[in-house]
Amino acid sequence: MAVNRTNENEGFLTSRVDALFNWSLKNSLWPMPLGISCCAIEMMAFAGPRYDVSRFGAEVFRFSPRQSDLLIVAGTVTYKMARVVRKIYDQMPDPKWVISMGVCASSGGMYRSYSVVQGIDQFVPVDVYVGGCPPRPDSLLKALMEIQKRIQAGETLTQQRRPEKVLVD
Amino acid sequence: MANSSRDKDNVAQIVRALEDKDTSAALEDPLENYMVLNMGPQHPATHGVLRLLVKLDGETVVECIPELGYLHRGYEKIAEASTYMEFIPHTDRLDYISPIANNVAYALAVEKIAGVEAPPRAQYIRVIGAELARVSSHLMAIGAMAMDVGAMTVFLWAFREREKLYDIFDLLTGVRFTTSYTRIGGVAQDLTDETKQAIGKFIDEFPHHHAEIIKMLNKNRIFLDRVVGVGAIDAETAIGLGFSGANLRGCGIEHDIRTFSPYLVYDQLSFDVITEKDGDCFARYMVRMREMLESVKIVRQALERIPQGPIKADLPKKVLPQKERVYEKMEELIHDFVIVNDGVNPDVGDVYVTTEGSKGELGFYIISDGSGHPWRMKIRSPSFCNLQALPYLVKGQMISDVVAIIGSIDPIMGEADK
Amino acid sequence: MIEKIEEKLRAALGENIISVKEFKDQVIVEARRDAIVEVCRFLKEDRELEFNFLSDICGADMLNFVDSSSRKAYLAVEHDYHPEEVPTAGRFMVIYQLTSLRNRTRIRVKVRVDGDNPVCPSLTSLYPAANWYERETFDMFGITFEGHPDMRRMYMPEEYDHHPLRKDFPLMGVPGSIPLPRK
Repeated sequence: MAVNRTNENEGFLTSRVDALFNWSLKNSLWPMPLGISCCAIEMMAFAGPRYDVSRFGAEVFRFSPRQSDLLIVAGTVTYKMARVVRKIYDQMPDPKWVISMGVCASSGGMYRSYSVVQGIDQFVPVDVYVGGCPPRPDSLLKALMEIQKRIQAGETLTQQRRPEKVLVD
Repeated sequence: MANSSRDKDNVAQIVRALEDKDTSAALEDPLENYMVLNMGPQHPATHGVLRLLVKLDGETVVECIPELGYLHRGYEKIAEASTYMEFIPHTDRLDYISPIANNVAYALAVEKIAGVEAPPRAQYIRVIGAELARVSSHLMAIGAMAMDVGAMTVFLWAFREREKLYDIFDLLTGVRFTTSYTRIGGVAQDLTDETKQAIGKFIDEFPHHHAEIIKMLNKNRIFLDRVVGVGAIDAETAIGLGFSGANLRGCGIEHDIRTFSPYLVYDQLSFDVITEKDGDCFARYMVRMREMLESVKIVRQALERIPQGPIKADLPKKVLPQKERVYEKMEELIHDFVIVNDGVNPDVGDVYVTTEGSKGELGFYIISDGSGHPWRMKIRSPSFCNLQALPYLVKGQMISDVVAIIGSIDPIMGEADK
Repeated sequence: MIEKIEEKLRAALGENIISVKEFKDQVIVEARRDAIVEVCRFLKEDRELEFNFLSDICGADMLNFVDSSSRKAYLAVEHDYHPEEVPTAGRFMVIYQLTSLRNRTRIRVKVRVDGDNPVCPSLTSLYPAANWYERETFDMFGITFEGHPDMRRMYMPEEYDHHPLRKDFPLMGVPGSIPLPRK
């Protein structure tokens, strides 16, 4: 938050609405835990007592996409599941971010087979990829911090509402 | 009698109308009482990506159709394309709550067809690993089930204990989660004294924490109301539907593969097969609770009796040599190269080997054509077979009980969908 | 054990039993396809044998199966395989794993199914557990089970055309056979 201290003596701090908005958004992300497979367990550990995501203000796991702004795709996405993931992403209100947790979601990982999508970025935009099979909870915390950094630096009110590229076939 | 013939006509007409598919469907539910509810594949209580289509009459479940395949990763096809050794990491991710138990089951199956036997020390280490994995799995099952019926605290307590187990796995195998610990003919690393102490500390403390959970749940009125008498199944139906593991023992059947056809060194260790007679959610919960203490008992005995010696069988053509020796000796280097590239070449034939996984009967059926790859590998996953009973269990129950029942069956979709 | 089972099976079912073998201490019975229900009913209902628990049903594609350790033979199936050249007689195998909870024994029953018309009688009337196992086998191999109450795919989407575990199906699947949502 860029604070202008010109009127400090009179008890005022000035800032931009955008910066204030970002600051509060950053520290109160509500994740939508899309736990699909093994990574879901590590995601639970990330919310659990030892790694404790509430230190970062993101402990409010909403299982309803309409109430969340951070989609964590944790696990192998199959072709059958792809439509579900996309639907959940579409249901989330803007601004929203996506973490692709684990190599399966990021690139198909060790599952080079007929039923596994080789990377979810083929159908949803991804902000942070986390490597590992599964990644340790620390890595997921790191990814969360990356998102926070991105929110802090970005201009949420104006930019995130930009329409996505429309493909006309 | 003109009247009666008209009546006959009327009756025929009504019968025809009844036989008409659309009309009879409407007559079946004239007030449109039924509602179809879609649960999943993204639902916090379905333990992953299980999808249920539930037909409801008010709040009562009339019919339930599970839909699987949202996590079908094609393990069996992958197995056909990889060597026996290459498939070990994939077994971690089958039942990802208890990876070591799967590693052990797979290694035993390959060893059976390849004619390899692991040395005693490795067998004891495998028992210790598998039993700790069982504790970890049951903790998860109980934590998640309690959370589904509203007791969040137990979930956090269970996770605290699981984190300790993860630390032990970290010491034992080098990773906390996906262990890939067994090798064909042994285990990857030896059990060090440090690990031994850590396990000893855990099994000393665990009964105390176990008692805490018991105290929290067993006299908790809300919990009991949610699980006692809910989702009951009798023994005969359970056998018919292919129930196994803790779920089957919850119906009063004393079936445990550790005593049914003892593998590893289970016949030298003393433990009880836990059964409960009611067959409801509470019985399944109690079986898991009590089994954890039995597992601790097994681990304690195994730690006392574990002999010194090698951790891999001395069969250079089938078993990977220890990595340190590969860097020093030519023979070992050659064997390592050949086994990694060509694979273990087992006898031509087929075997079906089962172990008592944390969820139930975990079996691997392998058809070998003598090459380094399995011709066909079928994974008999307990979660898949246990889930099959779900429609029978939830029929006539309330919609809110469905989550408790799913929790009590303890399905893991990675394994059920393969 | 194996002698007793063989004697009993041959006495009760005669021609329908093709062979009874033992491999690595496991009993393997090969039966005729059309008689699989009778064979399993006998194994289940016989007082002494009592194989009351169906552990598993699985299929196997034995296309070009060669009993050898040479890798060449294994790779004989190429991806551009012509379906009309696929030898069909007895191409598939359906394997049943039965368990007797009381006697603590296991047995394996195998039947051969032709490739051009893969049909096999269903065991659902004997063992309710066969329901999903047979659906899975249908999904993976395209073997239809006659008398099954609900012959749908188990894992793959309903509109999917292929059967993944057949040997002429490539590991990475057929590109574009399942559409992805648009970005």
